[in-house]
Amino acid sequence: MSKPKQETKTRTGTRTMEFVASLDSKQPSGPIEQRWDKHRFEMKLVNPANRRRYTVIVVGSGLAGGAAAATLGEQGYNVKCFCYQDSPRRAHSIAAQGGINAAKNYRNDGDSIYRLFYDTVKGGDFRARESNVYRLAQVSVNIIDQCVAQGVPFAREYGGYLDNRSFGGAQVSRTFYARGQTGQQLLLGAYQALERQIAAGSVKMFSRTEMLDLVVVDGRARGIITRDMVTGKIERHVADAVVLATGGYGNVFYLSTNAKGCNTTAIWRAHRKGAFFGNPCFTQIHPTCIPVTGDHQSKLTLMSESLRNDGRIWVPKKKGDSRPASQIPEGERDYYLEERYPSFGNLVPRDVASRNAKHVCDQGRGVGSSGLGVYLDFADSIKRLGKPKIVERYGNLFDMYAQITGEDPYETPMRIYPAIHYTMGGLWVDYNLMSTIPGLFVAGEANFSDHGANRLGASALMQGLADGYFVLPYTIANFLAQIKPGGLDTSDAAFAQAEAEVAGRTQKLLKLKGEHTVDSFHRELGKIMWDECGMARNEAGLRKALKRIPELRSEFWENVRVPGEGGELNQELEKAGRVADFLELGELMCMDALTRAESCGGHFREESQTEDGEALRDDENCAFVSAWAFTGNLSKPELHKEPLEFEYVKPSQRSYK
Amino acid sequence: MKLTLKVWRQKNGSTPGELKTYPADHVSPDMSFLEMLDEVNQALIMQGEDPIAFDHDCREGICGMCSLMINGVAHGPKEAITTCQLHMRSFKDGETITIEPWRAKPFPIIKDLVVDRESFDRIIQAGGFISASTGSAPDGNAIPVAKPDADKSMDAAACIGCGACAAACPNGSAMLFTAAKVAHLGHLPQGQAERHQRVVNMVATQDAEGFGNCTNIGECAAVCPKEISLDTIAMLNRDLVIAALKGIEPVVK
Amino acid sequence: MMTGVLTLHRTSVGKKVIMALTGCILVGFVVFHMYGNTKMFMGPDEFNKYAEGLRYLGSPVFGYEHLLWVARLVLIAAVVLHVWSASALVTQSRKATGGMKRYSEHKRHTSYAAYTMRYGGILIFLFIIFHVLHLTFGVVGYAAGQFNHPGGGNYDIYNNVIYGFQNVPISLFYIVTMVFLGFHLFHGVWSMFQTLGLNSATYNTLLRGLAVVVCAVVVVGNISFPVAVLTGVIQPV
Repeated sequence: MSKPKQETKTRTGTRTMEFVASLDSKQPSGPIEQRWDKHRFEMKLVNPANRRRYTVIVVGSGLAGGAAAATLGEQGYNVKCFCYQDSPRRAHSIAAQGGINAAKNYRNDGDSIYRLFYDTVKGGDFRARESNVYRLAQVSVNIIDQCVAQGVPFAREYGGYLDNRSFGGAQVSRTFYARGQTGQQLLLGAYQALERQIAAGSVKMFSRTEMLDLVVVDGRARGIITRDMVTGKIERHVADAVVLATGGYGNVFYLSTNAKGCNTTAIWRAHRKGAFFGNPCFTQIHPTCIPVTGDHQSKLTLMSESLRNDGRIWVPKKKGDSRPASQIPEGERDYYLEERYPSFGNLVPRDVASRNAKHVCDQGRGVGSSGLGVYLDFADSIKRLGKPKIVERYGNLFDMYAQITGEDPYETPMRIYPAIHYTMGGLWVDYNLMSTIPGLFVAGEANFSDHGANRLGASALMQGLADGYFVLPYTIANFLAQIKPGGLDTSDAAFAQAEAEVAGRTQKLLKLKGEHTVDSFHRELGKIMWDECGMARNEAGLRKALKRIPELRSEFWENVRVPGEGGELNQELEKAGRVADFLELGELMCMDALTRAESCGGHFREESQTEDGEALRDDENCAFVSAWAFTGNLSKPELHKEPLEFEYVKPSQRSYK
Repeated sequence: MKLTLKVWRQKNGSTPGELKTYPADHVSPDMSFLEMLDEVNQALIMQGEDPIAFDHDCREGICGMCSLMINGVAHGPKEAITTCQLHMRSFKDGETITIEPWRAKPFPIIKDLVVDRESFDRIIQAGGFISASTGSAPDGNAIPVAKPDADKSMDAAACIGCGACAAACPNGSAMLFTAAKVAHLGHLPQGQAERHQRVVNMVATQDAEGFGNCTNIGECAAVCPKEISLDTIAMLNRDLVIAALKGIEPVVK
Repeated sequence: MMTGVLTLHRTSVGKKVIMALTGCILVGFVVFHMYGNTKMFMGPDEFNKYAEGLRYLGSPVFGYEHLLWVARLVLIAAVVLHVWSASALVTQSRKATGGMKRYSEHKRHTSYAAYTMRYGGILIFLFIIFHVLHLTFGVVGYAAGQFNHPGGGNYDIYNNVIYGFQNVPISLFYIVTMVFLGFHLFHGVWSMFQTLGLNSATYNTLLRGLAVVVCAVVVVGNISFPVAVLTGVIQPV
């Protein structure tokens, strides 16, 4: 039995900190229901006639960036939007399958803004800021309205009204979806709104352009340095405010469900320029991915979590049992989730399902050639419901699985294994989504806010769009209203210096002509991160990683081989710059994981578990957001802590028994 | 598996390209097509040669970034998938595979297998949207949408904008792409206000970008990884005729 | 300022609409033409009367050959517009794919009919010129004095057709061209509905079927005439 966890008293976490928390979250006071409305009223406005005099740079064109750029453009600001893909429509938000949550309560099943808020705080294992989460739940309803008006073809019922489903174990049906392509459809909505503004001239789009540094002048974010990925030209862009909406950093693990191009460079460069990095060790691992087949593997493919509704997860009871699944009799199968969590069974949350899969594989009971996989078996469901029903529910997923693995999941059970999927950590932001650098805003997966230590299914899309459509347009206006537009051009010394640094770094990479490819370093880093800072972490492993990563980083800077030149399309050079930054971020993640001596959400410290192996939170000492400051020495960053208060949702231990 | 690749190499848009032959000696049937190219590239880098440039990103068939004419077929031999979803078990040991970029005038080659598809964005800019500024929306359930309409809209909205349609079309036409957007928005009540102006603008832009015309051959739909139907083109045509009867002129910015 | 339908020619889709509309007129003509000619199987009197009747169409409201000329002008205009649109579209497509050799192009779906529209179209256009010179004007393919110019109460087109088709190479040319016309119609008739936006998944099979029927009727009907002459089923009188 797990020890009952004592309820945390407010602010207990702050008293034992080594560093005095100096982070002002700027949360409004008052009843939580009124905070956002009150804040919206108190924020300053920019006169419509003056708006075009302000330039806002938006880096990233996914749900958060695309929505923010389009909305700011509609409002009349002069917007410059950047993406590394060949079109803003390709940002990785597009790959989200399941859906988007909103507290519409169209099902009359007891949902409310408060319940969505409550579920998100609890699901995040009490490591998110209540005010932010409440606002997220509040604007969720506007998101659906906006998307419908834009022409997002959400699933409908026969009466013509919006359909909903229950997702990720939620007890209410609040997830809106467009087949298995919800992310794609929401992104196309934002993309179309963005293209409309590009046509109107209010947004200037720079695709195939990568941000390589942030320019800070007099303590304010005033621009960025970019590289045109086609011509190789390094360029300077000046602005009155900069928004980073560049997504997560899951690719630090090399293998993840992220797109190949997803990277940390924009936020990492901003971090080096003074933006604090919040909760870098909070990563989410998704339990239903297709296992790795070999060293050639370049990415992992996620299959919708909905598969766990009808599939049964098992491994052989015997170690190293290499018989085909069909020849293993029922009595020799271990349905370990059903066994261990009788009430939730195969539907336990993502982190629990993932950790248990790792656990059985570590015992040598994993299946498939690599031994890193567990069965997800539909035989019983096919028997019970008939094949046609299964085809109707999961046909496209089964086809996808068959396409990738060459196996027929109707005949043999699927093999699944957890994979890195999302990063809850990111640049620290206050209630206005502004980082510790004035004028630098961070939105979507790139910031740390809202999801705490674990993100609920169908909440990533909600947060990206909330930030982009309904939060940033207000908070950026509030910031801009307090400054004078312009007053600086790209000839400023800070731009020249930042450009020279970027160019120097690029030249250095090209000149090394070492013995190992960029990918080989990335793979090695990924392996270290996955082994030591993945599904389960312990002090010894993290210390090992903290020793190994700086070594690997030096090897990289001595011995990497980047072919070609800088003045052309050079995909290896792009990768090299990104991997160089991952090699720095990886160390910070391990340091954060080491510092957080508790288990919470996606962060499982083996030292902090209950007697029967469940995650054990330490609200006494760890109810804080870690916000890391760059000090110039990568191995000695400075930790600041933002204490977390829970006035409305009292911390409690999650239980799925 | 051992394969021989004939790959289009072109330094940039202003130098002529050619097909070059490379061996791919360590190919596993479990590799994806792009992973096979990754391996070839790793070897090229170690030999001091320039790796093959190709576009890719999500590698799960949804972003639309990957392209490639594989043995003359856009996205390769298997139907209804993108190049990144294609696995090497679809090929035979010893086979020679020809890999070319998308070839159409409005898709100028940037390098090797990478082409510029911004013409597609400009077609969208001409009218591929519903003008609904943030904040102006009524409740999501205020206007019911009949399920068959929502489904048809979704069928068309599945387009990933990869450009396979225009690359496969013997006429170099982008009609399936344009029509998919016209049908996506045209099947929804929210899309009606701009319906006819939209189609007029988008068709005019598509022509101005230098795409060819549609002769209803169907090669586009046959290679479309998202199986967008020719019905969308019929819908575009119908909307354009009605727009012409109404005397709607293109407004192109 | 041109407005409305008159602006159709400006866009690629509009040009296709022009092709569909003119194609519709031409298909109607081809079907009617074939049907009229089947009267040759009913003997010289019926057939010649048909030729005479065409000239009195609309009588007594319309004068001699008036409606026939209207039809001829409409048909000529249709052919001109059809050919003009086609060549403009071909030029546009050439530009779109121009200068780009596709090395290993492998088509998955393209039918022979769809692929050969423009080549079949050229052949059919040349055939029309020949056909008019041959059976309408009698300036090619006949021995001196063999062709009977209709008009002024003299309608011996029955013998004209038979003497015309007794020339084996000419008959073979007709037969071959009709095969190509068949391909052209097979794609063209269905394509017409698609271009006018009258096609959809619901009607696709039906319209494909209709195209097959039209194409089969026209080809079988038209080929039956030279075959009947060459096999001696119908003889000159």
